[in-house]
Amino acid sequence: MSKLANNEREVVISATELTKQFGDFIATNAITFEVYKGEIFGFLGANGAGKTTAMKMLCGLSTPTRGSATVAGFDVSTESEKIKRNIGYMSQKFSLYEDLTVTENIRFYAGIYGLSIPAIKEKTAALLQQLNMESQKNVLVKALPLGWKQKLAFSIAIIHDPAVVFLDEPTGGVDPITRREFWEMIYAAANRGTTAFVTTHYMDEAEYCNRISIMVDGKIEALGTPADLKTEFNSETMDDVFLKLARNAKRIGD
Amino acid sequence: MKQFRAFIKKEWFHIFRDRKTVFILFGMPVMQILIFGFALTNEVKNANIAVLDYSKDAKSTELIHQVDASKYFDVYTSLNRSSDIDRVFKTGKVKMVMVIPQEFTQSLEAKHKVAIQLIADASDPNLATTLVNYGTSIINDFQKQYFTEKIPLVVTPEIRMLYNPQLKGAFNFVPGVMAMVLMLVSTMMTSIAIVREKELGTMEVLLASPLRPLLIIISKTIPYLFLSLINITTILLLSVFVLDLPINGSVFLLVALSMLFAITCLSLGILISSSTNSQQVAMLISLMGLFLPTIMLSGFMFPIENMPLPMQFISNLVPAKWYFYIVKDVMIKGLGIGSIWKEVLVLFGMTMFFLVISIKKFKLRLS
Repeated sequence: MSKLANNEREVVISATELTKQFGDFIATNAITFEVYKGEIFGFLGANGAGKTTAMKMLCGLSTPTRGSATVAGFDVSTESEKIKRNIGYMSQKFSLYEDLTVTENIRFYAGIYGLSIPAIKEKTAALLQQLNMESQKNVLVKALPLGWKQKLAFSIAIIHDPAVVFLDEPTGGVDPITRREFWEMIYAAANRGTTAFVTTHYMDEAEYCNRISIMVDGKIEALGTPADLKTEFNSETMDDVFLKLARNAKRIGD
Repeated sequence: MKQFRAFIKKEWFHIFRDRKTVFILFGMPVMQILIFGFALTNEVKNANIAVLDYSKDAKSTELIHQVDASKYFDVYTSLNRSSDIDRVFKTGKVKMVMVIPQEFTQSLEAKHKVAIQLIADASDPNLATTLVNYGTSIINDFQKQYFTEKIPLVVTPEIRMLYNPQLKGAFNFVPGVMAMVLMLVSTMMTSIAIVREKELGTMEVLLASPLRPLLIIISKTIPYLFLSLINITTILLLSVFVLDLPINGSVFLLVALSMLFAITCLSLGILISSSTNSQQVAMLISLMGLFLPTIMLSGFMFPIENMPLPMQFISNLVPAKWYFYIVKDVMIKGLGIGSIWKEVLVLFGMTMFFLVISIKKFKLRLS
């Protein structure tokens, strides 16, 4: 995508020299990038490359040591409360309450995001219909198959129509068909204007992203569309691109 | 407020959908009171004794009847020879033997002086002492009944057991059970409930939501505080109506200070949950690190005065010790806040200390 096109698009996440240091260890080293509205942004890197730390700063869970970043127009250092209102977050564990029913989970998360009672009712009904889960609405979440939990967790993460949804390795342990369906949900959300910020270890998934960044040892070593990166690194697949970059890593993953 | 309500509702689901939790929360206090009240009691009731009566006259029979009629003793068997004493102890059936010398009545009337021998099985020294004391008082009563006017001047100490005249064990264990139950509900259950969210990954999601961290912690603890109140009420009702234990002091003060102790326990639970990410570790710390000292060092099982000095010092660090004193003073001695302000202050200080450390640890983890 050209420079001109980028300038026209609304910036949702902007990081400038964003750094997090723990003692002598620089987990995230001066990363700079922008993410646009409605974009699906892949955030790649080996374990220990500093992805999680960077994501935590963007979610307002951790304050940067140096540098700055804005998410949905709010500063991560000073306006983390406002950021939290405008983002959704889905962790790799899907983070639903297993001993609550489908409906109770939906209502709980809608409730903590401060939705009004009529809005909660409306959202719950719409969501159950979308997911085709009306017959399961009173089933405890622990009885659901993994793929369903994952879809439910994603729908709940965007129940308050956030500007950005952060997905931390959202497809771990799920079969390829379900993963495919899951990515369709991400596309649908992106089309409605929600930006998706995704970390993943699956390189086929990286291909689904509009743009990706690859972190090595705390720095962003590559940033661009999957096609651009393959050309730049003279590789056939994203797997090759990733291996070429990650091979030089000095840190040992956890 | 809406967020808060949604959160509390979720906590109730967690608590009431887990049968084990419900059992621990509601079954345990009742069971402990009943077990301690009726099974694990060190009160002496109907202890079996044997009698070796050499005189077999009217007065000695009378005395034996009185001993048998008392609620402390049952005359299990009568012996004929002194060699039987050893044998009957070895069967383990009797705990004490009363030996009445020959010519009991005559000696009493003539000399006003008879020695009755009480031989007790001292393999349990406390029990033996108690039995001998009860036996002595029955014999004294017997003596007064028949020979008041004839007894020359003798100085006899009259012993009164204040506050607990019947020497009921319940006076000691009810405060102990209250401390244990509150420790279990408020410390263990709360720390496990918070750590479970970390284990499941839901804590991350909650922290990334607009909920303030402090609100998360408060909402997690409020249901347990409420359950503690129910448990305190249950235990007090059981001890008043089932164990016949009076509440001599102010009920309001007792409940209010119990809630203070519940909050101390909650703050400990929060502290534990901020130090670990695994439910098992949280449970182990609660049980080994807190529950055990509560039983051993609060003065509930073993008197603190008898411990070696270093242990006495350590016992001061156990919150339950202070609560145990408070409950005993208010409930049994009927004292007011004026007499226990020191203990209350210590508990309050401990609570503040735990809370400040937990908040510091929590912030450290976030940044």
